[in-house]
Amino acid sequence: MTKVPNMPKSWRVETKPHKFCPGCGHGLVLKALGEAIDELGIQDRVVFGCDIGCSLLSWDFFNVDSVQTHHGRTTPVVTGVKRARPELICIAYMGDGGGYAIGSQHLVNAAARNEKVTAILVNNCNYGMTGGQMAPTTLPQMKTETTPYGRDPEQTGYPTQGPEMVAAITREGSYVARGTVANVRQLKGFIKKALQNQIEGNGFSFVEALSGCPTNWSTNAKDTWAFIEETMPKYFKVGEIKAPAKKEE
Amino acid sequence: MAKTVKIALAGEGGQGVQSVAAIMVDAANDAGREALYIPNFGVEQRGGVSVAYCQISDEKIGSPKFKYADLIIALSDRAVRRTKQYVNQDTVFLYDTSIENIEQDLPTNAKKVFAIPALEIAKKELHPRVFNVIIMGAAIAATNVIEMEAAKKAIEKKLGYKFEQDAKLRDLNFKALEKGAELVQGLL
Amino acid sequence: MADKPIQGEKRVFMTGNEVVAWAALAAEADIMYGYPITPQNEVMHYWTRLAPKYGKRFLQTEDEISAGFTTCGGVLAGKRAFTATAGPGNTLMQESMSMAEMMRIPTVLVVQQRGGPSTATVIYSQQEVTMTCYGGNGEGLRIVYSTGSHQELYDYTIKAFNTAWKYRFPTFVLGDGYQAKMRESLYLYDPALKGIKMETTTPYLGLEGMPGVDRDPSHLRNTYNTEEELYEVVSDLVAAYEKIAPEVVEYQTFNTDDAEVIIIAHGVVTRAAQAAVKTLRSQGLKVGHFRPVTLRPFAAQQLRDIVKKAKKLVVVESAQGQLMKLVKDAIYGETVPIEGYLKPGQGITGEEIVEYIKKGM
Repeated sequence: MTKVPNMPKSWRVETKPHKFCPGCGHGLVLKALGEAIDELGIQDRVVFGCDIGCSLLSWDFFNVDSVQTHHGRTTPVVTGVKRARPELICIAYMGDGGGYAIGSQHLVNAAARNEKVTAILVNNCNYGMTGGQMAPTTLPQMKTETTPYGRDPEQTGYPTQGPEMVAAITREGSYVARGTVANVRQLKGFIKKALQNQIEGNGFSFVEALSGCPTNWSTNAKDTWAFIEETMPKYFKVGEIKAPAKKEE
Repeated sequence: MAKTVKIALAGEGGQGVQSVAAIMVDAANDAGREALYIPNFGVEQRGGVSVAYCQISDEKIGSPKFKYADLIIALSDRAVRRTKQYVNQDTVFLYDTSIENIEQDLPTNAKKVFAIPALEIAKKELHPRVFNVIIMGAAIAATNVIEMEAAKKAIEKKLGYKFEQDAKLRDLNFKALEKGAELVQGLL
Repeated sequence: MADKPIQGEKRVFMTGNEVVAWAALAAEADIMYGYPITPQNEVMHYWTRLAPKYGKRFLQTEDEISAGFTTCGGVLAGKRAFTATAGPGNTLMQESMSMAEMMRIPTVLVVQQRGGPSTATVIYSQQEVTMTCYGGNGEGLRIVYSTGSHQELYDYTIKAFNTAWKYRFPTFVLGDGYQAKMRESLYLYDPALKGIKMETTTPYLGLEGMPGVDRDPSHLRNTYNTEEELYEVVSDLVAAYEKIAPEVVEYQTFNTDDAEVIIIAHGVVTRAAQAAVKTLRSQGLKVGHFRPVTLRPFAAQQLRDIVKKAKKLVVVESAQGQLMKLVKDAIYGETVPIEGYLKPGQGITGEEIVEYIKKGM
């Protein structure tokens, strides 16, 4: 008899096992998110939006009202929900393409308007679902399907520093952090703070999560972790980047 | 008018269905026949049922999809259920013996329905990796779309670079082809 | 650096997306702009591998809006620029393609249709006909080729560049997910071998000489102040389009002379329709097939002449009437009954067309 493993209460058991590839980081990010939702006790108030790409596989992941949108349009859809019903806790879940390429103008504008939503972005340095093309966060010299000879920063720029960009745009009240699936406890802490920031009505919250894609990186387990733990942090700094100032007691 | 042979291979993502379909049609094309192959899969990169539709003929092929297949080989329970719609009274339906509890779902209107122990043979006598090559051997023997020699040539073409490093792989793959053909010879 | 990408003529066996990349190379395209979306990604995968060998360029943009506008930019600079997309990406391309319509920018866009509306499926459909022919906020002053085989994908992608640059209307090669992903044989050839000469390209921007001194500066716009002004502009565009339409229009007929029932289908469905006609004729039934090759401009007068003697038209498409609308528009006034065998997002086989036609006869 198969033993059902421990899962966050907000997870939907009927849709497990999930459809992500073996070794994918999405499962860990969604676990951190599920636990954060549980610990904050907001399951019945959350609206979860997901993007196109691998993030779309999370559309029926939670026992939470969810909407799969169009590529890059998760932030505005979720913003629309929040503006109409401010009491809901609105989460926009996307990949590096949905946030930094096609969705970048929406991310930038939501940040500029300090929308009281929480965006969670999974960064695995490529477009996974469509077969491994270059993403804004692809590392220099990294080979992808559209940079078969390696990414040339002279031609295509350097990897996007998303949280840093958002932090530069937002004002007081925003929460910005970058975590990693290599440290799920820390990532959960960041996500919890981000959601708390929305609950308190302070402003825009954004958490990027460094993640792995062994399918398109063509790496085994060992090399996948090495990439996440050692290589990616060289370009993407893990930690809290911006948080609201503590209120005077 | 030459008949077009229609073959549907179906399995779970990762079982090598598409690789084998591609090699088989490539072999037919190299042998001077007309061939058309189209893969079908869902949004997932991994997992999900993978179906390969192959057509081989002496004339230009028509529609890339077909209503009924001459041969179906299904390698998983989901694949069996997925390909039932392509069965009619002229269809030969093969499935792998490793699929459990599938009797209720097998088609009842096919010309012939057989189980072949391809996975078992791969595991016990050859190597699990050549499971799909055994399937290819079975498909070729069941339909006679190409000669065994043409199939071997196509495998050499696709995997030759690996055989350079390890000649035993060549024997393994060719044996797998032959084994697959043997499995079917008795049945049809 | 190698010289010509295709020398002579050779038989190959490859996927449709790869065919498009080779055709663009053979057509001496200079630069591709693109964004990932299934099922056309491999056009970029092949182009990025081959392009550097022939001194060609590539840019992956941030989205399809950008891909469309950067393609306009490349063309304005006088280079053979092209892009490819599908489904929701095609929707995003409409803004840039409207600009191309208004400003007579010879863009080439390859569309590999997938299910719709919205994200739907990544597999196949013929549901982007209306959008590709009449999308955006314009009058559909576009040229659209609907291919049905890899040989045509190759022939018409090359032709699209020439059609675009000769007639200066945005030109589209309308394929689909089946053609994109399937493998079949075709002949790649050096266009020069077939007497095809690539049209010269001229820049709209960045011309020779000092602007204002040696020559007038190029001042391009797509904005107008008054209704009257716009009416004149659009009338001129329409007149130009109608003038070239007879030269551009293409269609095929199969056994239509004495046909009682005429099947109308386009793109990959023509294969099933042609097979159905063969079968039905062999059974003594008088069935024929009309196939528009250009959906824009549509062979309206020719279709009108053909249907005059028919007892029934059956439009067969993998959409909910998008081809049907073009047909009805083309033959308005004719009283022949029209039926639709409509299967949005689904492949259509010769056998099912035969079954449907026989039931009705």
